Amino acid sequence: MAENQSNANGSLKKYDEHVPEIKFTKLFINGEFVDSVKGRTFETIDPRNGQVTARVAEGDKEDVDLAVEAARHAFDDGPWPRMPGYQRGRIMSKFADLIEENIDELAALDTIDAGKLFSICKVLDIPQAATLLRYYAGAADKIHGEVLKMSRELHGYTLQEPVGVVGHIIPWNFPTTMFFMKVAPALAAGCTMVVKPAEQTPLSALFYAHLAKKAGVPDGVINVVTGFGSTAGAAISSHMDIDMVSFTGSTEVGRVVMQAAATSNLKHVSLELGGKSPLIVFDDADLEAATDLALTGILFNKGEICVAGSRVYVQERIYEEFEKKLVAKAKDWSVGDPFDPNVHQGPQADKKQFEKILSYIEHGKREGATLLTGGERVGTEGYYIQPTIFTDVKEDNMIVKDEIFGPVMSLMKFKTVEEAIKRANDTRYGLAAGILTKNIDLANTVSRSIRAGVIWINCYFAFDNDCPYGGYKMSGFGRDLGLDGLHKYLHVKSVVTPIYNSPWL
Amino acid sequence: MAENQSDANGSLKTYDDHVPEIKFTKLFINGEFVDSVKGRTLETVDPRNGQVTARVAEGDKEDVDLAVEAARQAFDHGPWPRMPGYQRGRIMSKFAVLIEENIDELAALDTINGGKLFSFSKAMEIPYAVTSLRYYAGAADKIHGEVLKMSRDLHGYTLREPIGVVGHIIPWNGPATMFMMKVAPALAAGCTMVVKPAEQTPLSALFYAHLAKKAGVPDGVINVVNGFGPTAGAAISGHMDIDMVSFTGSTEVGRIVMQAAATSNLKQVSLELGGKSPIMVFDDADLDSATDLALTGILVNKGEVCVAGSRVYVQERIYEEFEKKIVAKAKAWSVGDPFDPNVRQGPQASKEQFEKILSYIEHGKREGATLLTGGAPLGTKGYYIQPTIFTNVTEDNVIVKDEIFGPVMSLMKFKTTEEVIKRANDTRYGLAAGILTKNIDLVNTVSRSIRAGTIWINCYLAFDNDCPFGGYKMSGFGKDYGLDALHKYLHVKSVVTPIYNSPWL
Repeated sequence: MAENQSNANGSLKKYDEHVPEIKFTKLFINGEFVDSVKGRTFETIDPRNGQVTARVAEGDKEDVDLAVEAARHAFDDGPWPRMPGYQRGRIMSKFADLIEENIDELAALDTIDAGKLFSICKVLDIPQAATLLRYYAGAADKIHGEVLKMSRELHGYTLQEPVGVVGHIIPWNFPTTMFFMKVAPALAAGCTMVVKPAEQTPLSALFYAHLAKKAGVPDGVINVVTGFGSTAGAAISSHMDIDMVSFTGSTEVGRVVMQAAATSNLKHVSLELGGKSPLIVFDDADLEAATDLALTGILFNKGEICVAGSRVYVQERIYEEFEKKLVAKAKDWSVGDPFDPNVHQGPQADKKQFEKILSYIEHGKREGATLLTGGERVGTEGYYIQPTIFTDVKEDNMIVKDEIFGPVMSLMKFKTVEEAIKRANDTRYGLAAGILTKNIDLANTVSRSIRAGVIWINCYFAFDNDCPYGGYKMSGFGRDLGLDGLHKYLHVKSVVTPIYNSPWL
Repeated sequence: MAENQSDANGSLKTYDDHVPEIKFTKLFINGEFVDSVKGRTLETVDPRNGQVTARVAEGDKEDVDLAVEAARQAFDHGPWPRMPGYQRGRIMSKFAVLIEENIDELAALDTINGGKLFSFSKAMEIPYAVTSLRYYAGAADKIHGEVLKMSRDLHGYTLREPIGVVGHIIPWNGPATMFMMKVAPALAAGCTMVVKPAEQTPLSALFYAHLAKKAGVPDGVINVVNGFGPTAGAAISGHMDIDMVSFTGSTEVGRIVMQAAATSNLKQVSLELGGKSPIMVFDDADLDSATDLALTGILVNKGEVCVAGSRVYVQERIYEEFEKKIVAKAKAWSVGDPFDPNVRQGPQASKEQFEKILSYIEHGKREGATLLTGGAPLGTKGYYIQPTIFTNVTEDNVIVKDEIFGPVMSLMKFKTTEEVIKRANDTRYGLAAGILTKNIDLVNTVSRSIRAGTIWINCYLAFDNDCPFGGYKMSGFGKDYGLDALHKYLHVKSVVTPIYNSPWL
C-alpha cells in the first residue's frame, strides 16, 4: 500500500452508516427555519468522496436584511440584553447540556462537511464547545465597569454595555469551535447576532441554532444565514445596522471585511486571520517529544488551522537526528476516512483547498526545495494529501512565506538564538509561536522577542477558555477567548456627575 | 456696536505684540528639524485676520517614509521601549516641566493658528495637557498583564507589549490637547510615533517636539511631519510599516483612514470622530445653571469641539423661560480677538470652516427654522461668527442631523422622558450626552438609555485624565484618556507552558 494510505478508498463504504440524516437545511431567522427569499440553494460536498451531501438554503442580501431586522428588534426591544446576566447564563448552560446530548450527530456533521476526524470531534471539538459556552455563561453576571479616580469633585464610572447587533463570519476549518468562540461571548454580553457559517460547512451551525432555541434563547437573538462570502458575507460587513463584525478567515478576505466596515457605518471590526507560525526547537529539547509536537503542529486537522506550526526551526546540533525521526513519524501518519478511528488525518476540507495545497507543493518542488516525504495526493477519490515535509528552504521561498493551510511543513536549521528570533519574526504574520527548551532564560528571552499573539513553550495548540487568543501584525487584531473575548462585545460608557461635600475623591 | 461684537476689528492692532516669534517651521525627523524632501512649504493663516503667519515645511510620502524609518529603528533597536517604565515616566515628567516653562509662547501659537482664546489656553488647555502627560508618566511603570486560570496543567499569563510604530493624525481644534491626548499614552506604552498635525495648526506641535528632545526623549521616538491629509495623512494610514493609526477628526476622513489601513497592512485603527451630542434639560433643573451649561456646551472653543452640545432638548414646562434666558445670555456673549482677556469667543479656525458654518446657517434659515439669535458673521476681517440659536426644528432637519462644528445650537422642546430618549438617540453619532436633573431615578434610567460613550450628568465637558473617552456608533471606536487609552497602544500576548506536580491550577 502507498505511504500514509489507510484504505483511503477501499474502506469508504464501511462508514456510510456513520453519515447522519441531515435534519436542518434552511436559514434560521427570528426563531424559524425558512427558505431564502430568492429560493436559492447550494450544495454541500463530502470531502471524503467529492459527493453532494445535501442542498442548503443560500442566503443573500435580502436574507441578511431580514436576519438583521430580527436581531435589531431582539436587541432594542427583546428580553435578552435586559435580563440579568445570571439568566443568560442559565439558558447558555442548558444550551451546553443539549450539545452534550447530541455529540455523535454534531460530530458526524462536521466530519462529512469538513473532513474532520470523527473521534477527535467527539472527544475534543464538540465537548470543548460546551465548556466554552459554560465559561461565558459563568461570566455573564460578572461584567464589571470601574469607578474612576477623578482629579476634581466628580463621581465618574464606566459601564460595560452590549455593543448591539453583531455579525459573525466564521470559517470552515473548525465549524463548531469557531461558532462558539464567537457566539458564546456575544451571548453572554447580551448582544444579538447574525452568523454566517462558511459555505463549505453549513450543517452543524443550523443544528446549533435549533438547539439554542430549544434551550430557551429567544427568537432573533441568534440568526444563521448560510451562503457565500461575496454575497451574504459582504452584506454583513457592509450592513448599516450591524454594530460590529467579528471575522475569522484569510488575511485577504479580512481586508475586504474591514474596508466594507469603513465604507458603510464604521462598525467595530475584529479580525482573526492567517498565520505562518514558527516552532523553534533548541538543542536541549527531548527529541521524541519535540518531533511529536512538531508533527502534530502541522498535521493536526490536516494542517487546516490558523496556528499551524508550518515553519520548524531546529538547532543544528540535533538537526540530523530530528529530521530522521520526524520523517519516519510522518511516513507512519495514517491518512484515510475520518470515520475510521485508527486514522490520523482525514481529507482536506474541499476541492479548492486540495488544489491550492497541491499547487503550493509543486511550487516548492520547482523552487528547488528538498522534498523529504509526501508531496502527493493519496488515493483517487476525495481530497487526501500525504503529510509533506520540505527542507533546504528560507524565508524568501514562497512556501515559507505564504500560509498554505495544509499538511506541508518547512523544516529548517539554525545556529544561534538571535538567528532563530530574527528568522521567526521574518513574516508579515504574527499569530502564534512554539518554543521547545527547558532553559528558563531562553524561554523568557525568546517569548518576549517573538512578535506573535500566543507563545507556547514546550507545548503547542495549548488553548484554554481563560487564555486570550489573537494576532499581531497581519494576523489581525482583537482577541477571542478569555475575558478579552467578552469585552470585545461590550462598549465602555463613561458616566460623570459632580459631587459636593465629599470627604475625598 | 453690533450684537456680540467686541471690537472684533478695531482692536486687532493692540494685540500684535502678543504674536510670538515663530521658531520652528521644519519637519522634525529623527531628532532634527529638516526641510521636506521635495522642499515644499505650506502657509499657515491667522484666523483673526486671514493673514499668513508663517510658511512651514510641507511633508509628503517621502517624508513620512523617513519618519517611519526613524521610528522603526527607534522601536526595534532604540532605548525607549526597552527602558523601565519608570525611566520613561521621568523623561515625560521633564517634558511636562518644560511645557509649563513655555506656556505663554505655546498658548500664543495656538491662538494665532486656531483662533483659540489665549487666556483659556494659558490657564486651562495647556496646563490640562500637561496633567495628561504626568498621568501617563505615572502609569508607565504599572502596566500589568494577568496570570490566567487555566483549566488543565498549564501556566498561562498575558504580557502587555508596546504595539510598535504608531501614526497619530490629529485635528486642528485643540492642538495642545490633541497632541498630548495621543502622544502621552503612546510614549508611556513604549511606542514610537509619527505625528501629523492638522495643516491648519502645525506650529505648537513642532515646539512640543523641540521640548521633547530637550527633555531627553531619544531621537526617532517622536517625529512630526506637517502636511495635508491626502498626502502626508494618507501616507501614514496606508503605510506598510506603521503598526497602528490613531485618528481624531471627521467621520468622512475616518472612513478613509480605516480603508487605507485595511488595504495596506491591516494596521490597528482607533477613530475618534464627530458628534451631534444632545443635552437634555428636565423640568426640575435650575434655570440659571442649565442655561449656562447649555450655552457653554455649544460655544466653548467657538463650537469646534467634537462633543459640542449642539442639540438642546428642554422639557416643556420650563421651555419658555429657558429660551428667554439663553437667548439673552447668547446675545451678551462677546466675540472678538482671542488675545483680548475679556472676550469669550475667538474666530473660527479657518476660512473653510467659517464658510461651512455660514452655509449651514443659511440652510437652517431656508429649511424654515426659527432664528432666535445670531446667524451672521461678525466684522469684516477674520472668521468671526455670532453665537446662533435655531428653534422649531426636528431630527430630520439637516442642521439637526449634521455636525456643524460651529457656534450653532438647535433648541427643541420635549414632553416625556421616553420621547427625549428616543430623539436623543435618533442620530448616527454617539459621542456624548448631557442630562440635567436632580432626580436619581431619571439619571440612572436616562444615562443607560442614551447610546453614547460619555454621559455628563449636571455638568458638561467634564473630562478627566482617568476617565475613558470615545464614541458609540459612527462617532468611532477606541478610547482616549484613562488606562483604556494606554491599553490601546499595547498588544496582549499570551504565554503558555505546561506545569507538573503543581498543588493547584
